[in-house]
Amino acid sequence: ASTLVLAEHEAGFIKAASVSAVVAANSVSKDNSISVLLAGSGPSLQEAAAHAASCHPSVSQVLVADSEKFTYPLAEPWAKLVHLVQQRGGYSHIIAPSGSFGKNILPRAAALLGVSPVTDVIEILESNLFIRPIYAGNALCTVRNTGVDPCMMTIRSISFPVPPTSANSKSNVSPISQVDLSTFSEDSVGKSRYVKQTSQNTERPDLGNARVVVTGGRGLKSAENFKMLEKLAEKLGAAVGATRAAVDQGFVPNDLQVGQTGKIVAPELYMAFGVSGAIQHLAGMRDSKVIVAVNKDADAPIFQVADYGLVGDLFEVIPELLEKLPEKK
Amino acid sequence: MKIMVAIKRVVDYAVKIRVKSDKTGVETQNVKMSMNPFCEIALEEALRIKESGLASEVVAVTMGPAQSVDTLRTGLAMGADRGIHVESTGALYPLSVAKLLKALVEVEKPGLLILGKQVFLNASIREVGFVFLPVKLHCIVAWRLRILCGSVTFCHSRFPVKAIDDDCNQTGQMVAGLLGWPQGTFASKVVLDKENRVATVEREVDGGLETLSLDLPAVITLIESPNTLSNIRCNVQGVYDSYTILILLIFKIGTDKAECTDLRLNHPRYATLPNIMKAKSKVIKKFTPQELNVEIQSDLEVVQVTEPPKRKAGVMVSSVDELIDKLKNEAHII
Repeated sequence: ASTLVLAEHEAGFIKAASVSAVVAANSVSKDNSISVLLAGSGPSLQEAAAHAASCHPSVSQVLVADSEKFTYPLAEPWAKLVHLVQQRGGYSHIIAPSGSFGKNILPRAAALLGVSPVTDVIEILESNLFIRPIYAGNALCTVRNTGVDPCMMTIRSISFPVPPTSANSKSNVSPISQVDLSTFSEDSVGKSRYVKQTSQNTERPDLGNARVVVTGGRGLKSAENFKMLEKLAEKLGAAVGATRAAVDQGFVPNDLQVGQTGKIVAPELYMAFGVSGAIQHLAGMRDSKVIVAVNKDADAPIFQVADYGLVGDLFEVIPELLEKLPEKK
Repeated sequence: MKIMVAIKRVVDYAVKIRVKSDKTGVETQNVKMSMNPFCEIALEEALRIKESGLASEVVAVTMGPAQSVDTLRTGLAMGADRGIHVESTGALYPLSVAKLLKALVEVEKPGLLILGKQVFLNASIREVGFVFLPVKLHCIVAWRLRILCGSVTFCHSRFPVKAIDDDCNQTGQMVAGLLGWPQGTFASKVVLDKENRVATVEREVDGGLETLSLDLPAVITLIESPNTLSNIRCNVQGVYDSYTILILLIFKIGTDKAECTDLRLNHPRYATLPNIMKAKSKVIKKFTPQELNVEIQSDLEVVQVTEPPKRKAGVMVSSVDELIDKLKNEAHII
C-alpha cells in the first residue's frame, strides 16, 4: 500500500490533525509507504516541509507543491494538485484529517478522480475496511471500500492520537521533494480568490486540542455567568466549550459549541456545568477520557455518561472549585 | 423558468433510530417512511415560486427503488406538475448522486434545482449564476430574498450560524468538482455582486472565519442558522442505503409539535383528496442511470452497523471536596 496524506500547515509547522492523518495512514497496512503532501508558497512552506519530514517515523517522503496558487488552501487548486499527484504516484489511499480543510478539499478531489470518499473514519480495521459514526454517533457503521484506487477518506483526528514521542524524533528525517507543477492544469483555478481570515482569540488552548475542556450549558443562564466558567478554564489551563442551547441563547459565540453540530472533542478531562446532556451534545464529547458533570437535576442524561457526577447548584460549585482547585503552574 | 425539486423517501423524522439486531443497518422495516421534511419545504417553496408567477413548471425528481414513486406521487399531489424517477435499486453514494444531478440538469435545463437540503441554481439562469448546494432552509430563504431584493445577504446578526454537517458532507464539493465551478463550503455569509458576477463568501474554518471571492457560477454550501431553529434539537444525518439517496435528514424535535413547525420556514401544504386523485394522472418519466449515461458506482459496502460502546458507569460524588479528591487521586487528572 502507498498512502498520500494531505497535510495542512501553519506558521512553519504541519498541524496536529495532519499528523493524526499520518498515524491513521500507518494503520492502513504494515508495509505502507506514506507520502505527505504539502502545498503553499514561500519560506514557511519549506519550514513546514522540514517539520513534516520528521513529524512521524513512518513518513517516507514529503512532497511539496510550492506555488503562489497554493498560498491559501483553496479547494480548486488543491483538488487539481491531488489529481496530478495521484496520477503520477498511483497511491492506494489518500487521507486527510476531517477538519474544514479536509472536508472542503477531499470530496472535490475525489470527484475529479471518480471515487467515493469515506467521511469521518474513526477506525481502520483493514486497508479497505473502516468504521465511521452515523446518526450522531448513535450507531457505528463498518464500511468496506470495494472501488478502484485510490481509496479516499477523511479521518477524525481525535481517534488517531499522536504518540507524544514521535513529534520529537529527529532520528528519522524523510526526504523532501518538490512537485513538478509544469503540467498543472489551470481549469477552474483562479475562479476563487482568498480575501481574508479572521481568527478567534487564541489565548486559551484550542477547543479541538485542549487537554481539559470546561463546558457550560443552558444552566449557566447568561453570558455574564460564562465569565465564571472562563475563570475556571484559566485555572485549569482549559478550553471553554458550550452546548447548542447556550450558543442559541447567545451566551457565547457559536465556535465554542461542542456536539454533533459543533466541535468534536476528546480531552483528558471534560467538565460539564449545567449541561443536560442532549444526545447531540454527547456525540461531541463522549470519547473524553474523564467526564465530570455538575447539574442540579439528578435525572439529567449527562450523568449517564459522566465518570464523576455531582448534583448541585453550579453557582455554588464553580466558586468552590475555583477556591479549592490546585493552582496550575 | 422551470424548477426541478429533488425529493426523497426517508425514515420518518419522528422515528427513533434503532440498530438492527443482525447488524445489517438501521431498522427500516415497519418503520414509517415519509418524504424528507426538508424536501417538503423545498417543494412547497418551489410551488410558491411558481404561484408567484416566477416559474412555469415544477418538476419533482426522485432517485431510488420502485417504492420511491410513492413519494413522487405525494409530491405531485402537493402540486408538482410532473415527476422524474431515476430508478436505482442499489445504494446511491454522493458521487453517483452528483453525477445523476448533473445529467438531469443537462436533460431538463431547469432554471432552478432545489434539493431538500440543497438548492442548486443551474447554469441556464446565467443572469443569477450561482449555486446553492447542501443547504437547508437558508438557501430557500436566500432564494426568496433574492426574488424580493435582487441579492442575497446572510448576516451574522440576523442569522448567526452554526455548522450542521450531515455525516458525509460531500455532494456539494463533488458537484462543484464535476462542473469545474469554484466552491464555497460551510458559508455563513454570502454577498452577491451580480454586476461583476462574483460572490463573496464568508466561511467557517477551524479557528475562525475565512472570506473568499468566487467567480459565478459557483457552488455554495451553507451552514445552518440556529436561531430559526432555536430550542429545537435538530439532528441531521447522512445515511445511504437502498431506500435513501442524497442526504437523509432526521429531526429530533423534542416532544413539542409547535417547535416542529417553527423549524420550517414555510408550512408545506397537505395534499387534498381531489389533488391526490389528480396526481394519479400526472406524468412520471422514468430514467435509468444508463439512460443518463451515469454509471452507478457502489464502491462502498456497509458491512455492519453496531451500537457504539457504552461508557462504564460512573460514580456520584457528594461534594466538591470529594470531586477534587477523585480527580486527583483516582483519575490522576489534576
